[in-house]
Amino acid sequence: MDLAHQAVLLSGVLFAIGTVGALVRRNIIVILMSIELMLNAVNLAFVAFSRIWAHVDGQIFVLMVIVVAAAEVAVGLGIVIALFRNRESINVEDASLLKW
Amino acid sequence: MIQVLFSLFALLAVIGALAMVLNVRNTIAAALSLVVTMISLGGIFVLLEAHLVAVIQIMVYAGAIVVVFLFVVMLLNLRRDVFGPSGQRLTKALGAVAGVWLVYRLLVLLEGRLPATQPLPDGFGGYRDVGMALFTDFLLPFEVTSLLLLAAIVGAIVLAKRRLD
Repeated sequence: MDLAHQAVLLSGVLFAIGTVGALVRRNIIVILMSIELMLNAVNLAFVAFSRIWAHVDGQIFVLMVIVVAAAEVAVGLGIVIALFRNRESINVEDASLLKW
Repeated sequence: MIQVLFSLFALLAVIGALAMVLNVRNTIAAALSLVVTMISLGGIFVLLEAHLVAVIQIMVYAGAIVVVFLFVVMLLNLRRDVFGPSGQRLTKALGAVAGVWLVYRLLVLLEGRLPATQPLPDGFGGYRDVGMALFTDFLLPFEVTSLLLLAAIVGAIVLAKRRLD
């Protein structure tokens, strides 16, 4: 089996692990890290398809995704710090004000 | 040889990801497991001829993003684990089932449908190739990312700063 095809499957596996992490864990920092893992899986899929079609555009998308991931981490961790200051906790179940 | 390296990196990436998700004791160890995954993915990018992206992956993800995570974990002083075993077994079971189902659907969807890998042109994935595409075809998205980063910086400072009054 082709290397790039295996990479597509690996990206699916990593995305699933990230999804489970974001659904199951209650530590908000680990949830953010799981989202990073999902973004990384998507990056791997982009690079694999860029290799399959021998076209460089997929790698440009990877750079864009990395920028979005960096922005997301900066804002997300800012929210975590603000939350911790108000609630003294990083458990997502302690921040259920908007839960219906 | 390349196949062996790919399998090794893939195994490391999956082990790191699982270790990150399953580690309920120590958030710092979870972040370091994430570094293992990031660096393994960098190695896989090299094997897929995306050299510039591999370098940026290691510098930005393993070098910057995870450091920010570690910084926040240490800032909040989360050494002790405040999370006992979760009472919500249903949520966990649903999450695990959803993950396995996701992988299964993907495998079914992809079976025999991926096109054959094309032969590569010279210099594919190097800084010249990627840079030419980035600064000609993708110039507008490239400039827009600067706005996004500016908004992120301002937002992070506004969210994290202490009230002055």
